[in-house]
Amino acid sequence: MLTVETIVQSLASGLLMGLLYGLIAVGLALIFGLMDVTNFAHGEFLMIAMYLSFFLFAFFAIDPLLSAPLVAAALFVFGAVVYLLLVRFAMRAKANAGMVQIFTTFGLAIVMRGLAQYFFTPDYRSIPQSWLGGKTVSIGGIFLPEPQLVGALVSIAAFAGLYLFIHRTDFGRALEATREDPGAVALVGIDKNRVFAFGWGLGAALVGLAGAIMAVFFYIYPDVGASFALIAYVTVALGGFGSVFGAFAGGIIVGLVEAVTALVLPPSLKSVGIYAVYLLVVFIRPRGLFGSM
Amino acid sequence: MDKNFAARRRRDLIIAAVLAAIAALTPLFVKDVVVQNVLILTLMYAGLSQSWNILSGYCGQISLGHALYFGLGAYTTELLFTKFGVLPWFGMLAGGTVSALIAMGLGYPFFRLRGHYFVIATIVIAEIGLLLFHNWEWAGAAMGITIPIRGDSWLKFQFARSKVPYFYFALVLCCIAWLVTWWLEDSKWGFWWRAVKDNPDAAESLGVDVFNSKMGAAAVSAFLVAVGGSFYAQFVSYIDPESVMGFQFSLLMALPAVLGGIGTLWGPVLGAAILIPLTEITRFKFGGSGSGVDLIIYGTLIVLISLALPRGLVSLFSRPKKTGATR
Amino acid sequence: MTALLETRGVWQRFGGLVANSDVSISVGRGEIVGLIGPNGAGKSTLFNLIAGVLPPTQGSIWFDGEDVTKMPAAARCQRGVGRTFQVVKSFETMTVIDNVIVGALVRNTVMREARRKAHEVLEFTGLAARADVLASDLVPAEKRRLEVARALATEPKLLLLDEVLTGLTPTEAQTGVALVRKVRDAGITVLMVEHVMEIVMPLVDRAIVLDLGKVLVEGKPNDVVRDPKVIKAYLGDRHAVGA
Repeated sequence: MLTVETIVQSLASGLLMGLLYGLIAVGLALIFGLMDVTNFAHGEFLMIAMYLSFFLFAFFAIDPLLSAPLVAAALFVFGAVVYLLLVRFAMRAKANAGMVQIFTTFGLAIVMRGLAQYFFTPDYRSIPQSWLGGKTVSIGGIFLPEPQLVGALVSIAAFAGLYLFIHRTDFGRALEATREDPGAVALVGIDKNRVFAFGWGLGAALVGLAGAIMAVFFYIYPDVGASFALIAYVTVALGGFGSVFGAFAGGIIVGLVEAVTALVLPPSLKSVGIYAVYLLVVFIRPRGLFGSM
Repeated sequence: MDKNFAARRRRDLIIAAVLAAIAALTPLFVKDVVVQNVLILTLMYAGLSQSWNILSGYCGQISLGHALYFGLGAYTTELLFTKFGVLPWFGMLAGGTVSALIAMGLGYPFFRLRGHYFVIATIVIAEIGLLLFHNWEWAGAAMGITIPIRGDSWLKFQFARSKVPYFYFALVLCCIAWLVTWWLEDSKWGFWWRAVKDNPDAAESLGVDVFNSKMGAAAVSAFLVAVGGSFYAQFVSYIDPESVMGFQFSLLMALPAVLGGIGTLWGPVLGAAILIPLTEITRFKFGGSGSGVDLIIYGTLIVLISLALPRGLVSLFSRPKKTGATR
Repeated sequence: MTALLETRGVWQRFGGLVANSDVSISVGRGEIVGLIGPNGAGKSTLFNLIAGVLPPTQGSIWFDGEDVTKMPAAARCQRGVGRTFQVVKSFETMTVIDNVIVGALVRNTVMREARRKAHEVLEFTGLAARADVLASDLVPAEKRRLEVARALATEPKLLLLDEVLTGLTPTEAQTGVALVRKVRDAGITVLMVEHVMEIVMPLVDRAIVLDLGKVLVEGKPNDVVRDPKVIKAYLGDRHAVGA
């Protein structure tokens, strides 16, 4: 039955989910904008963040909410290392440059999925009792699941922090300058590799933060990244590939569209709406709704 | 100089003929069904990768969604066969045509996208195809289609007792894909594709119809891959969305070409000859494909080849680079 | 006889920036015309408008008696407009001969003929010895030459050269100048953009000077270099005069 209540209810949870999607996608958009490279292992970054959160809970009983900064920090290091060890060299390719860039991170994604299967087994895992898991709050008659609510708040906080960081700090300005003109930065004496490594670290940390929260209410398995990576691609495509705040808006749209689709179509078709929006954008505005490039 | 060129093309053709002849004789010696199976899959993936290479290697439009065309070939053939009694041979052509048309229809919006934007679009579109077939009741939805066994016959392209006929078909498919590539390599299309891949702006200024070059490459590539899908459906005699349209097919079409040499004539064959047996051996040693070892091997190979040998393994065989094109 | 190429009141705006304002030039058959001007004069923009990279905001472009204003680059190439790129755009993974064959395919659909044409052009441009080398292995001067060869293979009526002589050593530049003369003698009209006047002036029949997006002066090279307006426009750009 479609009542006003159910509609408002699902729009509200769609909005929460959308804010999380934005957080998942923003790292991808950041790297896109910074150096015009797609991280095809973005979903796998999310996957290891979720596992990390899971193991910290399972072995040390640290609640995902507490371990989230830890997970983000670990992912930061991981992202920077991936740039320094792989992507940096992929960008120097002389022959088949496009293919090299694509298949380097794509290959990394496959390795990470394989390693997860090998060491963690393909089993589905979940965090049974966390502070937030399974709880809901009621706001004006609308029930909101606590994990998603906290996730949405974290996402808003992260985007606010990112905004301040990009606009108020020297390094953030350097990041922005590199986006606009890599040559100019070299002139000012900023090491391009350091900026890029930091960009990858930051991108990974953001998706790590998202992973830590999602571990509370999502099953954790080796392929979990794939479906979220797809959503992240759609989100950045909507938001205009390199735009950080386009990812924020894109995420919200994806979340709302998904919620509305779930209202009118059977659950197995809940992604149809997102894909339809994606195709529409590719047809009409290949640069994305908020893309300025 | 022209003589050199003609001689090189003739040499390629002779090598191919010799290899095909040797391959054609193997069933006389290889009676083990498991090994036969590996050989069939190797030939099939060599042919598929060769077809993938036309769009992604020569024309430079890297697709990670070719599983869509593979699945469309399989589904078209089997739906026509089980619902309307159309023989698989016609189904094969129908599947190829449907796929080529869909590839061109998708090309219309997608070919405006460059580089990784295009790659993402191909991944998404294959996922959409998978989703639709999962929910399409008439086409068996998630349950898929079991192909009714009507006895061994070339007419119905069905063989339960021996795998050898499938082997020969896979061999022919691989040879056709190779020959098409060989022929196109020295044609206007072949030159246009490589020009579009290397520098679309310069190509445009030389009168190349960039958009239609891509469309042509997509159509040929999708047609051949769909024929491969039809073959696979008959070969395994049961299809469902995951087993013919899953992402692993997109992966296994791209990998041999990347490994052997993307955009080269021999790359896909060489890559498949190494990769597919390796996959099967790993599966045998480590059990099931769920262990992840196969993925670790694939991924490591892709990363290493991309970074260390971007022209693929065939570049190890090419003469010193000052004397001519890498082949 | 009408001019081979004509631009009529062409404007090009990028956002608030006016790159070309009301530019009307014409190039007659068999001429070598130099399009010069200081940095930021709008030469490259005009060049790209003529080559068909983008349509002008306003005005029209006529080639060989036909309005080509809205025609994309590939179609203009088929009509007989050949071009080079200032930043060379070779097909790097292809050999020199294969690069040129791409151009030759515009008028030769049979591969054998396209190949023969390409060899002819390589002889003409002095690249024959490098036919089987990968384009990525060429030295910069050879890459420039390959750009010209590729464009010539399309059998153009008008060849547009974008700073093909800039940045070459004096010896290389001389060979370049000789090649441009040879091209004209083969009956092909040449429009060349150059930044440095000294190189082009002895070569061209006529020079068109652009400044701030407008045609400043046009005429015989000797008259143009003495024109006070031209000297003034170039004054802020000492590097070019003194080069």
